[in-house]
Amino acid sequence: MSPETTTPVLLVDGLRKIYPAPTPQAEPVEAIRDLTFSIPQGQLVCIVGPSGAGKTTLLKCIAGLLPPTAGRLELEGKAITGPPKTMAVVFQEYGRSLYPWMSVQANVELPLKAAGIAKAERHQRSHEALEAVGLGDAGDKYPWQLSGGMQQRVAIARAVAYRPQILLMDEPFAAVDAQTRADLEDLVRKIWKELGVTVLFVTHDIDESVYLGQRVIVLSNRPTVVQEDITIDLPDERDQLTTRSDPRFVELRHHIYGEIQRAKGNRGGEKQAATA
Amino acid sequence: MKILKALFFLLALPALLVLLWWVSTIVSPSFFVPSPGELVGTFFETWFGERFTRDVLPSLGRLALGIIGAVIVGVGLGLLIGSFRPVRQLLEPLLEFFRAIPPPVLLPLLMIIMGVNWRMQVFVIIFGSLWPVLLNTVEGVRATDEVQRDTARSYGLGRMARLRYLILPAAAPQILTGIRQSLSIALILMVISELFYTSSGLGFTIVQFQRNFAIPEMWSGILLLGLIGLGLAVLFRYTERYILRWYHGLREVQRES
Repeated sequence: MSPETTTPVLLVDGLRKIYPAPTPQAEPVEAIRDLTFSIPQGQLVCIVGPSGAGKTTLLKCIAGLLPPTAGRLELEGKAITGPPKTMAVVFQEYGRSLYPWMSVQANVELPLKAAGIAKAERHQRSHEALEAVGLGDAGDKYPWQLSGGMQQRVAIARAVAYRPQILLMDEPFAAVDAQTRADLEDLVRKIWKELGVTVLFVTHDIDESVYLGQRVIVLSNRPTVVQEDITIDLPDERDQLTTRSDPRFVELRHHIYGEIQRAKGNRGGEKQAATA
Repeated sequence: MKILKALFFLLALPALLVLLWWVSTIVSPSFFVPSPGELVGTFFETWFGERFTRDVLPSLGRLALGIIGAVIVGVGLGLLIGSFRPVRQLLEPLLEFFRAIPPPVLLPLLMIIMGVNWRMQVFVIIFGSLWPVLLNTVEGVRATDEVQRDTARSYGLGRMARLRYLILPAAAPQILTGIRQSLSIALILMVISELFYTSSGLGFTIVQFQRNFAIPEMWSGILLLGLIGLGLAVLFRYTERYILRWYHGLREVQRES
């Protein structure tokens, strides 16, 4: 790679993913046709798209959990061939991503243990991370003794304690209630600012993408391409009330809503919008 | 009050049956059926003397070795077979065949090959009680949740760490179901393996009593076997409750919601 002034942390170039046909009679499914974008160090990027746009497929490819059919994926200049060490993923299904046989603290510490970090430091990091997500005294509990929103906080704490360069989040708040969701959105902003970590946040919620992101990448319907790449020029300090009623917020939200409707193409009239 | 009620349900029916048995031995005494009092006396006399170290303990030892062996081999092979699809495809027909062999029919063969000794008896117990553990482990490993797997991979857990912190605990409920089934098979095989050409052990002694018309002694042996089975079940239940405390808690939460 040529040494540029701003080398992207993540580079996605011509990514294509075709799932092989499950049976000989069936057609192979082209989930992603051609995706190209790059993310500079420290940016908070949201990816939105209509349901079935291959958002999860994209994220799994970036996470090194799924081999792409074609194209280039690079993290800090190195090709992604398996799950990268400097990356943490927060999955949508917190209930299945946390291990029910371990305490909250053990869950947070497991990746650190696997990385060979000494016990004292593990404890310190997990304690700090749980404090940061507001669960300082829940370490001894089992995950399933907590509410859904709290469980997702534990998953976030696990990612934070791991100290990744880049944090991938796959519709992490799709399964929690609205109030909890607002709190968790602010938590993501807070952690992103404090850690200076690069965040790639996948969501189907347009409001969420505008509220959270410095930049929103809109995906088209399947087979997926980048429909639009928008810079969110809202003030850096965001607040659930004032930001959401900012005329610029409303403008951006309308714009992206229109893009998504366009992305749905001629199916647009059939389906209700993802969010209101 | 609650404890009394529980105790009532636990003991009412057994007490009633013992009472019936006692009454019937008074009303129509039979050479083949000892009275409860007689049986209890015989029970202690028969088993808690010399026979305890000569017959009971060796039998229990072989049973324990057999169960431990079956669990180790079953879980070990099960993890291997469950984790690697080619291994599974290669071994599945063979396993189905071995599983279909009734273990007692192996005894004549093993007597010739291994001779009649404790190793052969333990081998029979392992061979017969291995299958529920093995097959349940394979199923448990295969059913490990995809998101749990993805989580382990994305956080760079190595093969050993995944085995220890993900696959084994995830498969534990299934594995323990298999072990529970194995326990009763192991007890049966312990007795059967002691029936032929041996001179000690519980199975041997009970048959010996029967041949010598030592009827109360024979009954006391059956009582002992029943108690051993019950003891195993209770021990298993407490162990299972402890190992799977997370699982029962989780299930309870899921039921409530």
